[in-house]
Amino acid sequence: MNIIVCVKQVPDTSEIKINPETNTLMREGVPSIINPFDLHAIEAAIQIKEQTGGKVTVLTMGPPQAETSLRESIAMGADEAVLLSDRAFAGSDTWATSYTLAKAIEKLGADIIFCGKQAIDGDTAQVGPETAEFLNMPHISYIKKIEDVTDSSIKVQRMMDEGYDVVESSLPVLLTVVKELNQPRMPSLKGKMAAKKAQITTMGMADIGADENSLGLKGSPTQVRNIFAPEVKAERKMIEGSPEEQVENLLKELKEIKCI
Amino acid sequence: MAIIVNPEKCSGCETCIESCPFDAIVMTDGKAVINEYCNSCMTCLSGCPEGAIIETEEKVQSSEQREKNKAYKDVLVFAEQRQGKVSSVAFELLGIGKKLADELDAKITAILLGAAEVEAQELIKWGADKVFLCSDPSLEQFNDDAYSEVLAKVIDEHKPSIVLAGATSVGRSFIPRVAAKLRTGLTADCTSLEIDKDTGDLLQVRPAFGGNIMATILCPDYRPQMATVRPRVMKKGEYIEDRTGEIINIVNTGTQSRTKVLEFVKEVSGVSVNIHEADIIVTAGRGIGGEKGMKMLEELAEAIGGAVGATRAAVDEGWIPYSHQVGQTGKTVNPKVYIACGVSGAVQHLVGMQSSDIIIAINKNPEAPIFNVATYGIVGDIFEIVPMLTSKIKEIKG
Repeated sequence: MNIIVCVKQVPDTSEIKINPETNTLMREGVPSIINPFDLHAIEAAIQIKEQTGGKVTVLTMGPPQAETSLRESIAMGADEAVLLSDRAFAGSDTWATSYTLAKAIEKLGADIIFCGKQAIDGDTAQVGPETAEFLNMPHISYIKKIEDVTDSSIKVQRMMDEGYDVVESSLPVLLTVVKELNQPRMPSLKGKMAAKKAQITTMGMADIGADENSLGLKGSPTQVRNIFAPEVKAERKMIEGSPEEQVENLLKELKEIKCI
Repeated sequence: MAIIVNPEKCSGCETCIESCPFDAIVMTDGKAVINEYCNSCMTCLSGCPEGAIIETEEKVQSSEQREKNKAYKDVLVFAEQRQGKVSSVAFELLGIGKKLADELDAKITAILLGAAEVEAQELIKWGADKVFLCSDPSLEQFNDDAYSEVLAKVIDEHKPSIVLAGATSVGRSFIPRVAAKLRTGLTADCTSLEIDKDTGDLLQVRPAFGGNIMATILCPDYRPQMATVRPRVMKKGEYIEDRTGEIINIVNTGTQSRTKVLEFVKEVSGVSVNIHEADIIVTAGRGIGGEKGMKMLEELAEAIGGAVGATRAAVDEGWIPYSHQVGQTGKTVNPKVYIACGVSGAVQHLVGMQSSDIIIAINKNPEAPIFNVATYGIVGDIFEIVPMLTSKIKEIKG
């Protein structure tokens, strides 16, 4: 079984502070981490490999420093790592990113592709399904449990708004995962050693045989026009007094806003 | 356009590195270099004291492209249904969609899959001029392959300029496939949509970094312009009982689907699970202490007519299922009223709920960060306040 996990390096938002005056992000010294959902994707891939045998390859697109996230993935138990890095990839939106990932996956070959549900910086959740479309492959989103895997099919639970679906798919398939799926393992000592020594394969535009007009800013249908701070909320009101008074006053406010 | 650094002017001061929200600027040999993470947001342009960061020429739209785009006119809304009933998000989409269509002097159309004609009539009453209906029972159950094929075909034939869908589990799963098929842009989870008066392009505003920054996205060169829209943000249109419209029956052109839903398991835990659609959410933090506290919150939620949410801490303790989790690794919600009980307010939680209209925080620690985003704050013991509140609400509601 060949399994590919797509990961993304993102800023650790738990370290991000918001400047209270400008209400913008203060990113100084914020470390980069593997997107939290992707850790669950890596774990799922390793578990399947342990069950059925095979190979787990982690794939990321980003600047050379994204290599750190690949080494961390190897420390967890991934076998190989590929870095997609090329100036031509710069400024990719979800369409161009998915196209690029799909081109690389075509080259590498896979039975199952795992992605996190979404990345915590962009929050779009679009790259997984778009990549599957480019690969002409089915996908299942928000996997919370893998019930069964065979050589040709997979049965999973897909989280929906009011419950979950049990979904079966043929392989190859692309799956995006939520964190309920598993508990990502910590890197082992052996894994850390392997991560240090691992050869990371770097691929560029020519290596994956991509069409230049579909890459990066040039290939991206969407453009960011501007970025701004969200509106600042009105001043908060503290409700003081004895608990009885607090409840009475809160009820008054709730009536005011027609909540009750 | 692209953002580039003029190395002659760059002094290596690193001011731009801090200004970049995407970590897209690095120093190489003492000069700033823009890397693959660049989103062309242009924040760094004003951040550079030397004026060394510049934007290259605007991408010029070819006349051929412009001609092609002219063929695209209407606004098309994907009307999601569950168990045969149209979801309320569809009526919200018709509300905003009609506004956009009016500005463009275009029609507002809808597409409904796997539901009966009476539901298509509902869409007309809510504002649709035209409904593409495929009542094939095989489409009752959501299916990525079939849904994306049918929608892509309708778009291809009828050429709407704008396509809107709800940013729900269903919409966010299959709409990206449609965008990939059609080689066009898709903007996720929009909270505001407007027409650019000069160009007629759709200005799509969406939050990123969990709502800490907002971005305006354009799709100037490709059609249709596609967006998923966050539920409960847009106002529904006007419901007119005797509004008439056209229903066009379409056939299911979806080929053999590669995925199959074997069963749907509804998760019931006493209260409504679907925190995405709730007007009021009562949220449990670590402060509720355990299942007894959980029960107490469920009673409040029931009395006030809301859903129960939870922080990651409460979910990790096993007090409530993951489907209730609000925050970075859970769901993003924006109810009218959010009541946080015993929630300290970690950044990862705040990003999932800070866009709620009104936030009420009850916590015994006056320093808890949740009070920073609260509309109303109560410093007190939830075990004292919540039961009192519940019984008073029950009294009022009778």
